Amino acid sequence: MTTKTVNQKAWFLVLPVLLIVALNAIIPLMTVVNYSVQDTFSPGVFFFEGTKWYKEVLSSPRFHGALGRQFLFTAIILAIEIPLGVLVALAMPRKGPWVSVCLVLMALPLLIPWNVVGAMWNIFALPDIGLLGYGLNWLGFDYNYTQQPVSAWMTVVLMDVWHWTSLVVLLAYAGLSSIPDAYYQAAKIDGASAFAVFRYIQLPKMKRVLIIALLLRFMDSFMVYTEPFVLTGGGPGNSTTFLSIDLVKAAIGEFNLGIAAAMSILYFLMTLLVCWVFYTAMMRGEDS
Amino acid sequence: MKGAKIAVVFVYILFLMLPIYWLLNMSFKTTNEILGGFSWYPQEFTLDSYKTIFTDPTWYGGYINSLSYVLMNTVISVSLALPAAYAFSRYRFLGDKHLFFWLLSNRMAPPAVFVLPFVELYSALKLFDTPLAVALAHCLFNVPLAVWILEGFMSGVPREVDETAYIDGYSFPRFFIKIFMPLIAAGIGVTAFFCFMFSWVEMLLAKNLTSVAAKPIVAVMTRTASTAGYELGLLAAAGALTLIPGVIVIWFVRKHIAKGFALGRV
Repeated sequence: MTTKTVNQKAWFLVLPVLLIVALNAIIPLMTVVNYSVQDTFSPGVFFFEGTKWYKEVLSSPRFHGALGRQFLFTAIILAIEIPLGVLVALAMPRKGPWVSVCLVLMALPLLIPWNVVGAMWNIFALPDIGLLGYGLNWLGFDYNYTQQPVSAWMTVVLMDVWHWTSLVVLLAYAGLSSIPDAYYQAAKIDGASAFAVFRYIQLPKMKRVLIIALLLRFMDSFMVYTEPFVLTGGGPGNSTTFLSIDLVKAAIGEFNLGIAAAMSILYFLMTLLVCWVFYTAMMRGEDS
Repeated sequence: MKGAKIAVVFVYILFLMLPIYWLLNMSFKTTNEILGGFSWYPQEFTLDSYKTIFTDPTWYGGYINSLSYVLMNTVISVSLALPAAYAFSRYRFLGDKHLFFWLLSNRMAPPAVFVLPFVELYSALKLFDTPLAVALAHCLFNVPLAVWILEGFMSGVPREVDETAYIDGYSFPRFFIKIFMPLIAAGIGVTAFFCFMFSWVEMLLAKNLTSVAAKPIVAVMTRTASTAGYELGLLAAAGALTLIPGVIVIWFVRKHIAKGFALGRV
């Protein structure tokens, strides 16, 4: 790769993007920061509260609960989706007419509006008329996702696996298809086992896309809102109330602006921190 | 070995298709049959749910509203991102790396954080309840994404192309439109696909930035689910119809999709 030339005029090319993202990111973020340090009794009258809301959020069991559930959810879906996605990508045909068909069918869940995903799984998992709910009960399991926290969790996780594993498959497949045939032929001549091919040829080639997959799945699952909200509404009880659901509840449902804003800032800082760690790791991997 | 591989792919696709089949199944049933109990396929096949959607303006209006902000957003995102991605792929300038990370960090910002301030911002701009408000709000995550994908594609074009064009006396805009854009046409297609996709599937912002006039289909659906009783057939039909735009755009980019995911680093 040739080196880039220094040209400060390039700022003019970036300016439109900078302006529109700043409009959407900086102004709202400052609004949130404002709310997070102020209290109000009537519209337009605000007074400074310092870190009161932050202390309140950080010491509230409700926030701890939502945060704990959020990490558990993210850990579970990463542990399922990444290996499953790699497995399916390895099993995909490498060429031929079936490749397009498989890719289109697999990408389909990614293009369904998120509330439709929730509504679809709602219908699919109904214990009396849904295929999943009816089937599980027919098999003898006591399953009802609107009443049992365990069933609700299982359904939410299964829905996320259904919705997003294809993203991992597509990324891993893209990584695999960049491996030249010669590599496989050489491995065959050397009599390498299938595992050795995976360990020394396929896995290193997929490393970069897998980091991207991990990053995206972490971020998106960390801000998951619509699908579990439509499916379970955060229930039964609070059992599937993740961070975003709790936040929207506080901000729009209860109009608890100070608390919601302080939560937003903490939430945003957490995602930013993880994003930065991943980004640095990725860039370092690219340089070497 | 070969058989096991086919089985894995087959079972996975079957798992993906089952909930979709169930949605279609429900959409062709009458309300009585749905409430009547479990059945594998519609006993009394009916298109009533679809008829309701295509004759009621709140329903079909929802689709029109959604499509209009999605298309607006795609056009805005791609056209703003093109020059920026070119700058990132070709030049070094003060603060470029920080700027790139900052842009990217917005792709990672949870929309739930921004809902309330967005409502205030777009009300202040007198854009509340218009498709343009949603289109601009979705730029928060789509513009950084578009820059990221396009930068990947542009870096794949050798710099000699630019230099030759400048020596031949092309001005920057003419070079960009006449020579450079055709070279990365596939990349532009893939970028537009992802912008379309992420704007189409998003609900939280779209729902909260509109109230009556610009109500998107996703919001119309939640209203039905909560207030108009439990009209599952109607809900299923509305959901089934939201699959169509996705299927159409995915068919257009099927050849590039795997490559786009890799190069585009989505």
